[in-house]
Amino acid sequence: MQSGKEANEMEQNYVFEARDLSRRFGGKRALEGVTFGLGPGHIAGLLGPNGSGKTTLIKLACGLIRPTAGEILVCGSAPCPATKAETAYLPDVACLDDRMRVRDLIKMFGEFYANFDPERARTLINDLGIDEADRLRTLSKGNREKVHLVLTMSRNARLYLLDEPIGGVDPAAREYIIRTILGNYQPESTVLISTHLIADVESILDYALFLRDGQIALQGDADALRESRGQSLDELFREVFKC
Amino acid sequence: MGWDFDSRQPIYVQLVRQLTQRILTGVYEPGSRLPSVRDLAQEAQVNPNTMQRAMAELEQAGLLHTERTSGRFVTDDEALLSDQRQQLAATHIAAFFRQMRALGYEPEEALALAKRQGGE
Repeated sequence: MQSGKEANEMEQNYVFEARDLSRRFGGKRALEGVTFGLGPGHIAGLLGPNGSGKTTLIKLACGLIRPTAGEILVCGSAPCPATKAETAYLPDVACLDDRMRVRDLIKMFGEFYANFDPERARTLINDLGIDEADRLRTLSKGNREKVHLVLTMSRNARLYLLDEPIGGVDPAAREYIIRTILGNYQPESTVLISTHLIADVESILDYALFLRDGQIALQGDADALRESRGQSLDELFREVFKC
Repeated sequence: MGWDFDSRQPIYVQLVRQLTQRILTGVYEPGSRLPSVRDLAQEAQVNPNTMQRAMAELEQAGLLHTERTSGRFVTDDEALLSDQRQQLAATHIAAFFRQMRALGYEPEEALALAKRQGGE
C-alpha cells in the first residue's frame, strides 16, 4: 500500500483509474463506490464471480456506457475518442463477422485503428498455423478466440482490457494466450484481465482487484497478498466469495 | 530445467530461489549473459515486474550485475559463488537433519545412515 503522498505523486501516472465509480441499471446496482488506480506496466486481474460487475466496469472504460456517479479515467481522461484510440478491448462474446477472412479482418483493424500493427498480427496468426485466407467461421472456436486476441494485442495501446480471454479453452490454448499476453508486454501499457478462472492466470498477475456485488472486496499487489495471507489468489478468491 | 511455482507463496521469492539454483548449478554459467527479463518472464510464464523484482534481489546479493548497455550478467566471482553454494548446502543439510529427526533419527544416526547410503 502507498502512503498518501506517494499516491498523489502516482496519480498523474495512472493508465486506468476509477474514483468512487457507480453504475446502476434501473434500480439494480451493478457497481458501487469502486476506487482503484493502475499505473503503467501492470498486468492486473479483475477477479470476481459472474454478475459481480466485471463486464460493466470494462464497458464503462470503453465508453460503451456511462457512470451513474463517480469517474472512470483512462490515461487521466474520461472515455472519449482519444482514450478509445488508446484502449484495446477484447469483448467476452464473439463480435467479429465470422464470414470475413482473417486477412480482411487484419485489413479492417488496420483501417479502424491507427496504432494497429498488421505485421505483428500476421506473425502471430502464422505462428498459430492459421491461413490468412480462411474465413473466421471455418476455424475452431478456440482459434476464433485466439484470432480475436491476436487482433486486440496487435494494437499499440496504453490499456488492454481482456474480458474473459480464457473462458473454457484447453490447456494448450491457455498457454498460447498467456504467452501472447506476456510477449506483448510493454512497460508503458497496462493490461487488465477479467476472469473468474484465477488459477489459469494467477502467475502472470502483479495486481488483483476482487469484485463482489459491484464493490471492491479486496485489492492489492499479488505477491503482497500471497505473503500476508499465505494463500494463492485462487484460494483467496474462494474464501472471499464463499457462499 | 523447468519452472515450478506454488501460488500460495510470493512468486518473486520462488523466482529468487530458482534463479539462484540455476546460477549455482551452472545452468547460467559464471560471467555469462542472462536472457532478458521479458524472455525469462515469458519462459517462466510470470509477470515481468515480478521477474524484474527477483533480478533486483539477485543483484543486491551480488550474484548478478547489470552493464548499462549490454544487459545482465552472472557474477564471475568464484569466492562469492562458492560461499553461496555453501549456504545453500547448509540449508539442504539442515532440512535433512530436520526430516530425519521427525523420523526419529538422532543426528549421529542420520549421519551414519547417510554415509552408508552415500558409499553405495
